Amino acid sequence: MSREEPRIGVFVCHCGTNIAGFVDVKSVVEFASKQPNVVFATDERYVCSEPGQALIRDSIKKYNLNRVVIASCSPRMHEQTFRKTVESAGLNPYLLEIANIREHCSWVHMQEPDKATEKAKALVTAAIAKARLLEPLTPMRFKVTPAALVIGGGIAGIQASLDLANMGFKVYLVEKTPSIGGHMAQLDKTFPTLDCSACILTPKMVDVARHPNITLLAYSEVKSVEGFIGNFKVKVLKKARYVDESKCTGCGTCAEKCPVKKVPNEFDLGLGYRSAIYVPFPQAVPLIYTIDKDNCLYFTKGVCKVCEKVCPAGAIDFNQKDEELELDVGVIIVATGYDLFDPKQKPEYGYGRYKNVITNLEFERLVNAAGPTGGKILRPSDHKEPKRVAFIQCVGSRDVKVGNPYCSRICCMASIKHAHQVKEKIPDAEVYVFYIDLRAFGKGYEEFFERTQKEGVTFVRGKVAEIYQKPKTENLVVRFENTLLGKLMEMEFDMVVLAAGLIPRVDSEDIQKLLKLSRSPDKFFLEAHPKLRPVETHTSGIYLCGCAQGPKDIPDTVAQASAAAAQAAIPLMAGEVVAEPITAYVDEEICGGCRICESVCPYEAIKVEETDKGRKAKVNEALCRGCGACGAACPSGAITMRGFTREQILAQIEALLTM
Amino acid sequence: MVDFEPVIIAFTCNWCTYAGADLAGTSKLQYPANVRIIRLMCTGRLEPEFILEAFKRGADGVLVGGCHPGDCHYLEGNYKANYRVALIKELLKTLGIEPERLRLEWISASEGNKFAEVVTSFVEEIKKLGPNPLKEVKM
Repeated sequence: MSREEPRIGVFVCHCGTNIAGFVDVKSVVEFASKQPNVVFATDERYVCSEPGQALIRDSIKKYNLNRVVIASCSPRMHEQTFRKTVESAGLNPYLLEIANIREHCSWVHMQEPDKATEKAKALVTAAIAKARLLEPLTPMRFKVTPAALVIGGGIAGIQASLDLANMGFKVYLVEKTPSIGGHMAQLDKTFPTLDCSACILTPKMVDVARHPNITLLAYSEVKSVEGFIGNFKVKVLKKARYVDESKCTGCGTCAEKCPVKKVPNEFDLGLGYRSAIYVPFPQAVPLIYTIDKDNCLYFTKGVCKVCEKVCPAGAIDFNQKDEELELDVGVIIVATGYDLFDPKQKPEYGYGRYKNVITNLEFERLVNAAGPTGGKILRPSDHKEPKRVAFIQCVGSRDVKVGNPYCSRICCMASIKHAHQVKEKIPDAEVYVFYIDLRAFGKGYEEFFERTQKEGVTFVRGKVAEIYQKPKTENLVVRFENTLLGKLMEMEFDMVVLAAGLIPRVDSEDIQKLLKLSRSPDKFFLEAHPKLRPVETHTSGIYLCGCAQGPKDIPDTVAQASAAAAQAAIPLMAGEVVAEPITAYVDEEICGGCRICESVCPYEAIKVEETDKGRKAKVNEALCRGCGACGAACPSGAITMRGFTREQILAQIEALLTM
Repeated sequence: MVDFEPVIIAFTCNWCTYAGADLAGTSKLQYPANVRIIRLMCTGRLEPEFILEAFKRGADGVLVGGCHPGDCHYLEGNYKANYRVALIKELLKTLGIEPERLRLEWISASEGNKFAEVVTSFVEEIKKLGPNPLKEVKM
């Protein structure tokens, strides 16, 4: 590519006193004006202001500038602003280089103005050196498939699907288990309003099933994702239910007659039972029965087929096979939810050894009218009504020993709600909540906490050290330190509920690899920016909502799901996406087809192909994200990284070291 | 050696360490003015030649700053930098340059304080080592 003679304009920003208070701006301008190819250099109080931008535009025209260097704040702050400025004056927006003399200079060397000024000059010369070698770049534009994939059918995925479908976009909702509903379907009441969880959730589940824009793929798993924003190709495995979805009416005769009755029901966390052909819960959506192959007599022993005989719709199909579907979508929303912390990791609490120590989620099933006890609070060992119930907070949360320093955010309110429910159903019960701190931060939460205190629930500040069981009664003795009294104490209870925290799903690492996501130190999926881009990920076109991103309650989950849907709708509505032109370029004259670039590319964006000139690497610019790994690895120097070329970087090094 | 002010070139990735250095700035954390940053999109872009060129041209130290393991914006570029830095350290020994002059650090976008601490301690270390020995040799 032939280069025109660079005519560089340098604009040094005062940023009020943020830069000018510590860097001698005038001497930086004077220095810059003496550099080769610099035809104009000036300073300005605020380059980012409208007069500042006008100065750039006018100077480009007046001095016929073809490169612009701005010495100001971080390019992470205003690079996009200034690119637009440059573009509006008729220059290619990539013929701009920013020298970061605020964050990297004036603000960090406030006591040493002379050194700060020298450093600012160095940074400006490096920017000028790079600017000389800048080339115009053109962003790529791609069409967007107007469809979305939502992974996970809990309340987050349901809300996001409904929002996008109501905007008029096609939605594929993929759920791993036989029914959508997620953890919210397992809950009895929701804090602090005590709405019946099923009553507010099931209408939304039904809306999903009958929405003309939503294809619900329950009992299905995402197997592979290829492509990029606007153009994802997704493979989904639809697992065989051995029941024909088009015929099953959900009447339940099969389950009634199925001879295998004692399969622990996953939905009831093993506290109740189901048959080998089942729906997880009565309001399941889709209301289609599923044969559990591992427990079905026909599949395990080759005899039975009772369901086939009794099904009035003729829906049973033992020969059904897993199906692989291919979907084209423009965006993906990850709403894969959470797992409950397994309290067996805290052996001092005896969970798994003592029958009457249960988790908060198990309590939800116990207190639920549709649950295994029909909504009666009965302790597991003898099915008697407990008169003394303890709730223990922060089990697996705020606990560095088990590797979870974070707060799970829902357990305080969940336990306060449970304590209220015990008092409601067993008014003479003694209820104790053992806590480190009580966090009642949401709308109406503190009021609900006060109400529960007035109902006679005792809140004890102190972490429980140990629980042991009295062998005869199977009662539990809780040993704790009351930190308000400064006393070690013991109390006996009939039942103990552990407020187990929320952890990332066991399969979140698979999802991470599938979608090339990042995770934060707590191992939940990482958003693109904690404040300003809370539902986007670092992979364009992939969005997060619900507990997959971090523990949160239902109101926050629903809000975040709607936010993710709104963000995902942006490219869908725009119909096209613009990609940064910072991509790899292969010089075919030099490329030897060695395939090293292929092996280092994290996005499979570079592939060696047979051409009439032999094997040559080809870049798929839509997939290339511009990391530069191939450019660094190429042994023959055939790859140029646009925006960060070898020549540009070497010129920066030289400029910085020859000052 | 009393007045020796080293020049250190830092290659940082755009997403973690460059942003960490920005945060040090926004937090007004003060550190010595000896480091000049060259921004890359990813430390995986770092060619061995860049480091050698910096030493050849008289840099007294080279700092490479990337995302923490597992946090790379491009999934694994930081691991590539890790391998390269380890190999280049060996190469530096054969050239008579102390391998301590090349330092790799994982500094996230939220670790402004770590950026300032790393720069401060690296500048001290390089001051103890003295100027780049290649400066004595006429290139």
